[in-house]
Amino acid sequence: MGNDSLSAAEIDALREIAGTMVPADAALGVPGADDPAILADIVKSIGRDLPLVRKALAEIAARSFGSLDRDKREALINDMYASRGAPIVALGRVVLGAYYRDDRVLLALKQEARAPFPKGYTLEQGDWALLDAVRGRPPLWRDDRRELAK
Amino acid sequence: MSGNERVDVLIIGSGASGAAVAWSLAETKMRILCLEQGDWMKSTDFPTNGRDWEARRYGDFDIFPNRRGRDTDYPVNDDNSPMKVANFNGVGGGTVIYTAHWPRMHPSDFKVKSLDGVADDWPIDYWALERFYEENDRMMGVSGLPGDPGVPPRNPPMPPIPLGKTGSHYGRAMNRLGWHWWPSDTTIATTPYEGRAQCINLGHCTPGCAQGAKASTDITYWPLAIRAGVELRTRCRVREITTDEHGMAAGAIYYDADGKEHFQPAEVVIVACNGVGTPRLLLNSASGRFPNGLANSSGLVGRNLMLHPWPMISGYVEETLDGGRAPITNLWSKQFYETDTSRGFVRGYTLQFNRGMGPANQAITSAAAGQLPWGRDHHRVYREMFEHRVGIGVACDDLPEEHNRVTLDPGLKDSHGIPAPKIDYAISDNTRRMMEHGIARAEEILTAAGAKRLFCSRTALNSPGHLLGTARMGSDPERSVVNEWGRCHDVKNLFIVDGSVFVTGGGVNPTSTIQAVALYIADQMKQRLANLFD
Repeated sequence: MGNDSLSAAEIDALREIAGTMVPADAALGVPGADDPAILADIVKSIGRDLPLVRKALAEIAARSFGSLDRDKREALINDMYASRGAPIVALGRVVLGAYYRDDRVLLALKQEARAPFPKGYTLEQGDWALLDAVRGRPPLWRDDRRELAK
Repeated sequence: MSGNERVDVLIIGSGASGAAVAWSLAETKMRILCLEQGDWMKSTDFPTNGRDWEARRYGDFDIFPNRRGRDTDYPVNDDNSPMKVANFNGVGGGTVIYTAHWPRMHPSDFKVKSLDGVADDWPIDYWALERFYEENDRMMGVSGLPGDPGVPPRNPPMPPIPLGKTGSHYGRAMNRLGWHWWPSDTTIATTPYEGRAQCINLGHCTPGCAQGAKASTDITYWPLAIRAGVELRTRCRVREITTDEHGMAAGAIYYDADGKEHFQPAEVVIVACNGVGTPRLLLNSASGRFPNGLANSSGLVGRNLMLHPWPMISGYVEETLDGGRAPITNLWSKQFYETDTSRGFVRGYTLQFNRGMGPANQAITSAAAGQLPWGRDHHRVYREMFEHRVGIGVACDDLPEEHNRVTLDPGLKDSHGIPAPKIDYAISDNTRRMMEHGIARAEEILTAAGAKRLFCSRTALNSPGHLLGTARMGSDPERSVVNEWGRCHDVKNLFIVDGSVFVTGGGVNPTSTIQAVALYIADQMKQRLANLFD
């Protein structure tokens, strides 16, 4: 086990767990979080969360994750996440942070696969006439000068 | 320890208030030096330049220093607080990572004792600050829409951010309820402004603006102050303010980027380190003459900490909205801002309406809220949420209480060995009643907007971490730390200009008022230069 990165065995465990957390969906055309490119991004992104992620993997393994069927694996992950423990929350954050920047995932969500800068995005003006109902109302704020002069 | 050449004015901290006071005092032609413990920020370093822009909000651009952990940060022990401390240590300070939401405090916020019989009045009022609010709005560059019946008149120099689909959706719901709403003022430029480019909707503005459309003081006040002769020295972490045999501030001892210790002598010292950094520095400046910390004869340095409890209520509508492709700040409502004792509490709150989130943050926050399952159902639920999110923050007035305080942690230290701050904070009963009222109203609004899957985060997520009240302003030296123009009662050449001097915090984001107060204090100093120490 390396001190600054996951071991090969830990990455294998992570692949199984990530694929359970966010599985591929052929109908939607999205890979799972166990996709090789996404998994590599997850591993590369762990950074400061390494101790917590490592602990999460150990806690999941300790609950016989490897011997469970798919339904029970999903139930186990959801149960553990509901406890809001720092390790499982960190694992979830790292998995989702990498998954939802993958080109294939973004394109399936009808998002452009790019950084926001420098092109930015367009924000429509919206319906300013809605404010007509508010314009011209009497002031809501208290004028301290008037109240304290009484 | 090396000694530096004496300056007329030493400012400690280059954030919202330090920058404003430096710019204002520059016209005096005094020799002014600012020491900043962080670095200059580069727009190319901000997250929206890269594909990992959302993940970096939980890393090197987290608003919480303990999580961010840059070597320019100092740790904060906030274990005994339900709310976390937000700050940023670099040129521009907290304005680098704020949302740029730009409400002012209301006139009533300055007179809560006289009007509502609680806490204390400020020794100054809204009207004394009004022209400094205006000046600051021009300097920072504010976008907004005049004519709001919810707040006193103001004149934003740029038009408001578009309502977008999300704002229109909220507007229809608020009109059905008959409640006040208005597009928020913001320091995000909607047109080219004083050398700044206009907003191009890069997403959530908190982790810095690569476009430079968001006003942070490194790109607003500082270029002008430096051009006018102010020196800004970065990577200089101040350990303590020293005093002379007369009990006057003599200068400050700081560590440079190489860890070398310096003494910087000064005629006047101005502290601008925020509501946690300032009491930390004053308490770390204890001496034989000031055994309880500098300027602390009242015992109030560090006390009356206000953090602005800020519940966040969210839900999901069927209509596809703006998502995260625009600034998150959108609208505000002042319907419940002023005191109505029939509600069961005094003072009130602003409702702050937000846009959605980017793809990753939508997933991360909804998973953390327990709303997004793991496994085969993940994708179906996610698609009902992404770009369908509506969320309202309840910005609660947080009245001062002496037991809410900043002290020095007995063990925790920063990388230079300087004792770190410790936060003890509890939410008062009045504020809890206010929070529950606001949560219920927000749920009414979201229901009227057709939202389902309502979820309330009371304090854990999206806590703003505003830092106020720990060196309060007042005319009585036994009940305050600084006088009505920012000078310490105990040390007549020591001034405090940041949110520490707030007597109350209002129910709004404080940066606009922090800077108006800093400009007001600078103006008072300029008017009194001939007898500043009398």
